[in-house]
Amino acid sequence: MFGIDPVTLAAALIAASTPILLAAIGELVVEKSGVLNLGVEGMMIMGAICGFIACVTTGSPWLGFVAGAAGGAALSLIFGVLTQFLLSNQVATGLALTLFGLGMSALMGEDYTGINPPLTPKLFPEALRQLEVVGPILFGHDLIVYLSVALVAAVAWGLARTRTGLIIRAVGENHDAAHSLGYKVIRIRILAILFGGACAGLGGAYLSLVRVPSWTEGMTAGAGWIALAIVVFASWRPWRALIGAYLFGGIAALQLRLQAAQIDIPVALLDASPYIVTIIVLVIISTDRTRAALNAPAALGRVFHASG
Amino acid sequence: MTAFLDIAGLTKAYPGVVANDDVSFAIQPGEVHALLGENGAGKSTMVKMIYGLVRPDAGHMTLRGQPYAPSEPSAARAAGVAMVFQHFSLFEALDVAENVTLGMEKPPRMRDLARRIAEVSETYGLPLDPGRKVGDLSAGERQRVEIIRCLLQDPKLLIMDEPTSVLTPQEVEILFHTLRKLSAEGTAILYISHKLEEIRALCDAATILRRGKVVGSCTPREVSAAEMAEMMVGKSLSAPRRAATEAGPPLLHVQNLNLTPATPFGTPLRNIGFTVHAGEVLGIGGVAGNGQDELLAALSGETLSARGSVSLDDEDISQMGPDARRERGLCSAPEERIGHAAAPDMSLTENAVLTAKLRRGLAHGGFIDWRAAEDFAREVIASFDVRTPGPQVAARALSGGNLQKYVIGREMLQDPRVLVVNQPTWGVDASAAASIRQAILDLAGSGSAVLVISQDLDELLEISDRFAALNEGRLSAPKDARGLTMEQIGLMLGGAHDMHEAEVVHASA
Amino acid sequence: MLRLEKRPNPSRAWAIGTPVLAVILTMIAGGALFAALGKDPVEAIRLIFWDPLFNERVASFSRPQLLVKAGPLILIAIGLSLGFRAGIWNIGAEGQYIIGAICGAAFGLAFYPSESIFLFPAMVIVGTLGGLLWAMIPGVLKTVFRTNEILVSLLLVYVAEAILALAATGFLRNPEGMGFPGSRNLARHPGTDNPELIANTGMHWGVIAAFVAVIAAYVLLNRHLFGYQVKLAGQAPRAARFHGVSPNALILTCMGISGALAGMAGLFEVTGPAGQITIDFNVGYGFTAIIVAFLGRLHPVGILFAGLLMALTYIGGELAQLMLGLPASAIQVFQGMLLFFLLALDVLSNYRIRIGGRAAA
Repeated sequence: MFGIDPVTLAAALIAASTPILLAAIGELVVEKSGVLNLGVEGMMIMGAICGFIACVTTGSPWLGFVAGAAGGAALSLIFGVLTQFLLSNQVATGLALTLFGLGMSALMGEDYTGINPPLTPKLFPEALRQLEVVGPILFGHDLIVYLSVALVAAVAWGLARTRTGLIIRAVGENHDAAHSLGYKVIRIRILAILFGGACAGLGGAYLSLVRVPSWTEGMTAGAGWIALAIVVFASWRPWRALIGAYLFGGIAALQLRLQAAQIDIPVALLDASPYIVTIIVLVIISTDRTRAALNAPAALGRVFHASG
Repeated sequence: MTAFLDIAGLTKAYPGVVANDDVSFAIQPGEVHALLGENGAGKSTMVKMIYGLVRPDAGHMTLRGQPYAPSEPSAARAAGVAMVFQHFSLFEALDVAENVTLGMEKPPRMRDLARRIAEVSETYGLPLDPGRKVGDLSAGERQRVEIIRCLLQDPKLLIMDEPTSVLTPQEVEILFHTLRKLSAEGTAILYISHKLEEIRALCDAATILRRGKVVGSCTPREVSAAEMAEMMVGKSLSAPRRAATEAGPPLLHVQNLNLTPATPFGTPLRNIGFTVHAGEVLGIGGVAGNGQDELLAALSGETLSARGSVSLDDEDISQMGPDARRERGLCSAPEERIGHAAAPDMSLTENAVLTAKLRRGLAHGGFIDWRAAEDFAREVIASFDVRTPGPQVAARALSGGNLQKYVIGREMLQDPRVLVVNQPTWGVDASAAASIRQAILDLAGSGSAVLVISQDLDELLEISDRFAALNEGRLSAPKDARGLTMEQIGLMLGGAHDMHEAEVVHASA
Repeated sequence: MLRLEKRPNPSRAWAIGTPVLAVILTMIAGGALFAALGKDPVEAIRLIFWDPLFNERVASFSRPQLLVKAGPLILIAIGLSLGFRAGIWNIGAEGQYIIGAICGAAFGLAFYPSESIFLFPAMVIVGTLGGLLWAMIPGVLKTVFRTNEILVSLLLVYVAEAILALAATGFLRNPEGMGFPGSRNLARHPGTDNPELIANTGMHWGVIAAFVAVIAAYVLLNRHLFGYQVKLAGQAPRAARFHGVSPNALILTCMGISGALAGMAGLFEVTGPAGQITIDFNVGYGFTAIIVAFLGRLHPVGILFAGLLMALTYIGGELAQLMLGLPASAIQVFQGMLLFFLLALDVLSNYRIRIGGRAAA
């Protein structure tokens, strides 16, 4: 169809999805703990620039990814302190985080435009990657791609099967009850927020180091918001977040290829298609109210203040 | 024999109020000890200190002869102290086993836990399915989750905060059997309540608190309820007076009212029907979570229902919103004062506009007449003895009792033809409760129809002309309230709910 | 140990005090940032906050700019503040601003070269309607399907930007523009222009609309039932239902008002200061207006001052860019910091901070 090879499309889809998947799985844990952090876009772009600078300076992509995660986490700590200790409105603070992150990253990245970062190596040997069909799709990626899928598995298992996961869910369900049982609501939420920030930062670093790979201002272009939408789409279930991210990645990869293939569709419409599709998916998901309500953390976005 | 827990001079102050002032008492091993007092007497603060949720400003505690100062609940649990909360510390979206394990210090594996839950519920006659979601359980079953959570930790002291407020009379009996059994096995129980007859039936000793201070102690079986009441309240209260009135024409008529719940764990209303006449008080009793909120919302107009299901003066109002219903004379006061009946951060003047804008003419052409609103707020404050510096004060600054008087007064002074109230005296001190009940009777005496939804059966028997029970969203046929016994009422409320006959027998054996 | 303790009554003094304190703290933190960038912090702060107004050499140019930039910020922020108060989060004002501008401009260009005096007012109406309809998308989706309005309104900004690109390079491109992207210049054509009404003040119809919006919002919030219902719905949604507010009607009204004002601001901008539809005529006013709304504590008079202050940071930022070589993004960071400090200090109006049991604030 339109001269697009499904195998390369599938491989591109996975790479295109990884930044959003990382950000979404982090935000999923944050929301499960009862906190709505709308600053994903800001944390992603901070991760993108921190990772880029570290990678270019040290020459090591791995240090770049670590720095990206650290940058996202550092920004999320501001959110954590403001919302958990100073009881600020989570929606407003999340927006502030995005606005600040976009500005801060632009400031930090002044001298880094137009540079190519060192390449991130592929994980598997050439021989495996050359296999028909499965080679490019299954073995053609770098470590972070496999890490992102492993992270989904770990979060799915951790939330459902471990005591830590149970405590996170309990705090997100009813923070007053959790407090009266002696759980440290604020501490647990701060840790969840930091985890979410690190994941978003890592996703951002993947964008600037692998996906693009270069630094431009505002390069996340709404990826953080789409990650937030994917959490809703997934009804707070980790494996469904993977499906959502890959679905979105598929559309992004497809529309780029359609643009390259010079199909007779306005470029503007193709540019807008990932956002339009995300909105449509959100609408479809929200029509099923009872299921969404059952999985939504009951204390999501509510301010916790222990009286007495 | 040394006391199990010795409390000496505990003091805890909050800004503007001393919650506990130099409180001392002792609990013996295996003793059922009552902590008796009105709402706001300082009972909850006291038990929070014992459970490690609040640190005392002064004083100390001794547990089995050792100094005891828990810094957090897990320290209290480790020392053998367990607590069943008044507002359950449960998680609706999680299942029973998950809820139980969250309250345990050294939880066993999930598989073993399910088995141990089954064991304990067998031993103490508290049937419970570990795999069910707590959100789907009745109030009585939820309490069992809390109790089992405590019992699995083999506590030496079990604190129970107002445990019977959510139970039917039959369920109360079952609970008392469990507690007596525990006490016989040597577990001390600190039983917090303001219900005197229960304390006389269950407790070995009682400490009475008033305004944060110990005002007396007694052996409940040896004194009368009236004596304890006087110690608790500080004065004797007269029962409300009611004028003998003939029931007038029917005003509010409800038939075939069915509603599906808006929230995942809400209660559906099933085929509800009743009529309230002018000059009459219809009492609707029921254990929490059986559809009270939903019924009030359907009557106030917050939820609309099928055509023909709610009518006032033969006019179908089921599709009308709250304002249209108020305009026709139907006023209502929901249970939740903060956030439902009143906006906490708004002043009393602003809260006056909340419901009274039409019947008291507080707005003209869409513009609010703030002077009229303030005058009305002052009128409510003066007529209902609301203790507050003035109408400019935020609603959240008022005590529960005072805000309740304000809310009830705001509706009553609109001269409603039909008044619907849910839990009119919940969390209100005895003298305020008495004045609210009197006001309800006076309103009925003046020819209005009053529907009182309450979980306090004594209150309903005191003020209702007819009584009906709400159970899982179904309403029983109303009966004449005079001459009803507690046992009859208990059966109307669903008896021991979903407990099987055999288990009830087993539990009472 | 620090503890927070809820005040029985919200503090009025802190409600006014926090924005002032936040500005001061931002100046200090911003100064530190500028110093870290190797710029003289005192000089930079003076260039941003003082020189645009009082330095004789630049003030004649920059003073009028104050109103030009504050106008759209205030107009959009007033609309947003109503929704924010009611707990309805339209964060896609940037998109509504773009669509309003495109609709109004397209309408005006359809009648080109008409110079009718009715054309400009009609363009204002069409632009306003364009913004309103764009905001209705998240509004209707929320009321019908319960779809999250935050995400939808924001995602629609990207869609609006795509449409803008299409307009500038396609259906609105100036046929006499020699193939360059961008529409005909609306500001230089009688009939479609939004002129400076008083010379050297920056006053144009958009600024007047902003002032009218401030007054209208003030009256609405303090005297009218609608304003009461907005506040009630934000503070206590259940109480609002009990009062008789229909949540859906409130969502549609608040989304509609904020979208309409944003669309109107876009139209005034594209017919005046910007002059034409270009691929990047929008400069982020829709997002900055969110900061303005919060900095003004969602209060109309507060928003008026906050809009002027934020306009000052834009102008001063450009000045500092010119004089000190301060990067353009530094001012964005500066604005972000301001919002952080404001949100952090907000706690003081509802809580007391206690240190070791004694009240400190």
